Order: sequence, then structure tokens, then C-alpha cells
Amino acid sequence: MKRPLLWVPVLAFFALIAVLASELLSPADRTVRSAMIGQPLPEFALTAIVPGKPGLASADFGKGQPRLLNVFASWCAPCIAEAPILMQLKAAGVPIDGVAIRDTGPALQAFLARNGDPFDRIGSDPDSSVQFALGSSGVPESFVIDGQGRIVHQHIGDIKADDVAVIIAAVKGAQ
Amino acid sequence: MNMQSSRSIVLAILLLLAAPAAADSNLPPARYANMQIADPAKEAEARRLMETLRCLVCQGQSIADSDAEMAGDMRALVRQRIVAGETSGEVRQWLIQRYGDYVSYDPPLSPVTAPLWLAPLILLGLGGLIATRSFKRKRR
Repeated sequence: MKRPLLWVPVLAFFALIAVLASELLSPADRTVRSAMIGQPLPEFALTAIVPGKPGLASADFGKGQPRLLNVFASWCAPCIAEAPILMQLKAAGVPIDGVAIRDTGPALQAFLARNGDPFDRIGSDPDSSVQFALGSSGVPESFVIDGQGRIVHQHIGDIKADDVAVIIAAVKGAQ
Repeated sequence: MNMQSSRSIVLAILLLLAAPAAADSNLPPARYANMQIADPAKEAEARRLMETLRCLVCQGQSIADSDAEMAGDMRALVRQRIVAGETSGEVRQWLIQRYGDYVSYDPPLSPVTAPLWLAPLILLGLGGLIATRSFKRKRR
């Protein structure tokens, strides 16, 4: 071939096919992660929603003890699956607080009665504003807040039995 | 009416009554989710911003287009902040601080997005170069 340049479009075509094929075989991760990891917990004060259970404010964190902040809702099916794992974490000594997204008192009370109640405090977030402030994009999500009140770890989706060790390690390492 | 058809009618009625699996809460949409701001200038500013913010749960839609509950709450958040006197730039920055550039459909120029901005210019230049060269060849 006198003009090797003629092969450039052909090679470019096959390169394009290779790129498309590889993207098809391993689709990109579309999880929206919070950009707040390492940042101090944004300020908020949420009212109580369940009788006998105090509401939740950012001031409840950063008192020298790491805590798990669970963003959940009674209308969220994966949250039901996550409930026994949260009970397991509580039994392992992890203090857990909840932010209830768009929830009502009776629905939440029924949810806790049925699935167990691992929460020290539950704040009501009827318009998802604290969820947005945390950079959370769904329920359930969990954040490990360290003893200084910084967000150090985010878990997206329900915590499964396999994730318990990771969460406990994150909490232990977050003094 | 035979057994078969009456059974299918009963089934159809039951299907109509069946509640779809709820993936949404039972709270009504936030106040500003579907209500415009009284001041038309502010509503226009909020609207322009909402059209360039990504719905986090639908991802291919802007929050202005999406019917998702979370998109409604994001519209409410945008309108509340615009009403409170923030500029659309400040609201966008607030969201980018939390979700990264991903939340915005108006990507800023950064090392990652540079190819996106520069590729059209490079391709245009390349096309011009090829065109001028082939025109010159014809003239000979």
C-alpha cells in the first residue's frame, strides 16, 4: 500500500467498536456518591416523629463518640431488609440515629414495631432537606460520623450481612 | 355468561383494585414542588436552574422534567432558596458541593471535562485542514 494513511479510518472504526463493546460488557457505575465525605456534618435540627423518641440535630454528633446516621423510611422496602442488620450493629455496640425521609408518625411507629428499633434518636425530614444536605440520593443510606462530627464514610443502599464488618471497622476507626 | 368470561371479569376488577407496590412515601409533594414562585422573574430564574439539574434517582432527566418524588423535593429546595434571595449560581454551587459536578448538566471546564469542550474545536480545525488540502489538490 502506497498510502498507509488510508488505514487510519479503518483502525479508528475498530477502536470505536472496541470502546463501545467494553462499555457494553462492563457498564459504568451510576451510583451518585456524596461529595461530603471528610466534611463536617451540615447543621440541621429535625423534630421528633415517634412518641418517646427524641428528634435529631447535628449538635447530637461530634461529642467524642462515632455514630451511625441511617437515612431511611417506613415506605422503603430495602429498609425492611436492612432492619435486622441494624439491630445486629446496635448489639455490636454501634450507636445509631435515624433520619426518616417523608414519613408519618403512625407509619413509622408500625415499621419500628414490626422490624425492630435500633435508633437512639429519629428526626423527621418531611421534605428531604437533610437528605440533600448530606449528599444522599436515596433510601436507605448510612453515614459514619466521627467523634469530631465529620462525615467519614457513606454506605449506599441497604447494609447487608457482608457489610457489617466494614461498617464496624469504619465506626471503630472514627474516633 | 359462561364461567370463563365471568372469571376474567372478576380478575380484571381485582387487578384494578390492586395497589401497585409503593416506592413512594405517603406524604403529599412539598409546597414548592409543583407551585410556581409568585414573582415571575424569580420563577424564571428557578426554572432555568431546574432545567440544568440532574434528577438523582432518574439520572437521564432534569428535575424540571421528572415526576419522581425526590425531583419534586429538589424543585422545592431550588424555589425555597431562590425565594430566600440566593442566586441560581449559589444554589447550583450548594448542590455541587454535595453531589459533585454530576448533579449539574452544565459541566464546568476542568481537566476531566476538557476533552468535551476542546474536541469539537479540534475536530472542526481538522475538518478545515482536510477541506483546504483537498480543494488545493483539485485545482492542480
